[in-house]
Amino acid sequence: MNAIYILWLRELKRYMRSRAMIVASLGQPLLYLLVLGFGLGPVFQRAGNGSYIQFVAPGVIGMSVLFTSVFSGIGLLWDRQFGFLKETLVAPVPRVTVMIGKTLGGATVATIQGLIVLIICLLAGFRPITWLAIPLAILFMILTAVVFAGLGVAIGSRLQDIQGMQLIMNFVVLPIYFLSGALFPLHGLPSVLSFITRIDPLSYGIDALRLLLIGTSEFTLVVSLVVLCGTALLFVGLGSYSFSKIQL
Amino acid sequence: MIKVEHLVKQFGEFTAVDDVSFEVAAGEIFAFLGPNGAGKTTTIKMLTTLLKPTSGAIEIDGLDAAKQSNETRKRFGIVFQDPSLDQELTAEENMDLHGVLYHVPRKLRHERTQMLLELFELWERRNDYVKTFSGGMKRRLEIARGFLHTPKILFLDEPTLGLDPQSRNQLWTHVKNLNKTEGVTVFLTTHYMDEAERVADRIAIIDHGKIAAEGSPDELKAQTETDSLEAAFLKLTGSTIRDERADASDQMRQMARMWRK
Repeated sequence: MNAIYILWLRELKRYMRSRAMIVASLGQPLLYLLVLGFGLGPVFQRAGNGSYIQFVAPGVIGMSVLFTSVFSGIGLLWDRQFGFLKETLVAPVPRVTVMIGKTLGGATVATIQGLIVLIICLLAGFRPITWLAIPLAILFMILTAVVFAGLGVAIGSRLQDIQGMQLIMNFVVLPIYFLSGALFPLHGLPSVLSFITRIDPLSYGIDALRLLLIGTSEFTLVVSLVVLCGTALLFVGLGSYSFSKIQL
Repeated sequence: MIKVEHLVKQFGEFTAVDDVSFEVAAGEIFAFLGPNGAGKTTTIKMLTTLLKPTSGAIEIDGLDAAKQSNETRKRFGIVFQDPSLDQELTAEENMDLHGVLYHVPRKLRHERTQMLLELFELWERRNDYVKTFSGGMKRRLEIARGFLHTPKILFLDEPTLGLDPQSRNQLWTHVKNLNKTEGVTVFLTTHYMDEAERVADRIAIIDHGKIAAEGSPDELKAQTETDSLEAAFLKLTGSTIRDERADASDQMRQMARMWRK
């Protein structure tokens, strides 16, 4: 437990100390919120779907959680390249412990980042239907963060160099985001697209946030909970396996 | 304490370690010398469970390093050749993190951290981020961290690289002391022949992945009919300069340096 705690704390300290990174990582969600929120707002409203800011805010929060958690896991690559990974791999603790500490640290950082984006959304005019749903929304943010931090570690364990990061960004992270329903409603999609959105775990995280914050959804809360818990177990398991196989 | 039999490591077609066998007795200081790219670090990586051998057997304190890697890791400590500190943490935080990972009780952790940071003259800078340290200070911290717990076996992979003579002297005095008082077995690599001659009980010279010679410093000199360890080393390994290919870590460090500029 001590090892998990100290590695979790390391992730948190690194995040808190990197103010430039905090600000930089808010750039993309802000751009989506402001440009898409205000730019597409009138079109969305004329189509009879209400306020786009209200609709897109949970998607932007989900985006922030996704990006931060995946890249926190992929941060293993930096640990590998700058040597710290060796320190953890030769330590007399099971590698699964190291992986869990890293994943929980990444998930915590991603949840904090999601909360910061939620506050920015509130400042931009987003209003949840009830404030009482916020704690449950945070729970779903945590679950989503664990899912993608696990995926990040699984990917980071296999990446050998920085060139691979661009590949992951373009072929894994962006498709997960764009196919999650973060920017568009999930109902009425062509069948192939509809199928793809349903196998994307982020769809369930964002849909749950949307249900809790604005009261509209495609899936029930229980379905989202079950899918996210299942995927979290799968990705953390996959991450643990990949991490245990690392050789330097 | 360490028993290596017919150890082989291949990377594709390239054989980095080629049928290496040796033994290190408990309480012995054993130096593993060789030119760049000879296979020293690859051997240490296999001994410390970072790399799986292609074939051969490694026994550490009676444990099969490949099959009982978790248990094996409890038996040793290591100072790496390359940096392995977290630059975003302070010196004390790096020591603390290491202490927790190595199950050093909190009180002892704090006592030893103070003793070691004072020994390597870093105590005044304990609350500074490692990224603000000079190369020599980082190296000293790396070594201090390696000594935080007292393992049965200590692996030192070119520990004095980038250290000034004072720090080197401090390091070897501490290593000798640990070896004498705690009976710690030491497995070291170095490019400095005078250091190997000064501290090692026994030396193995590796070249092109194979052990070229093994024995005490005097035995090696006698075997090669030379009057110094350096001359013996050159006689066994030749005088051609060896190149090493930059690996992904080197490329990343070069890139990071470019960004910082």
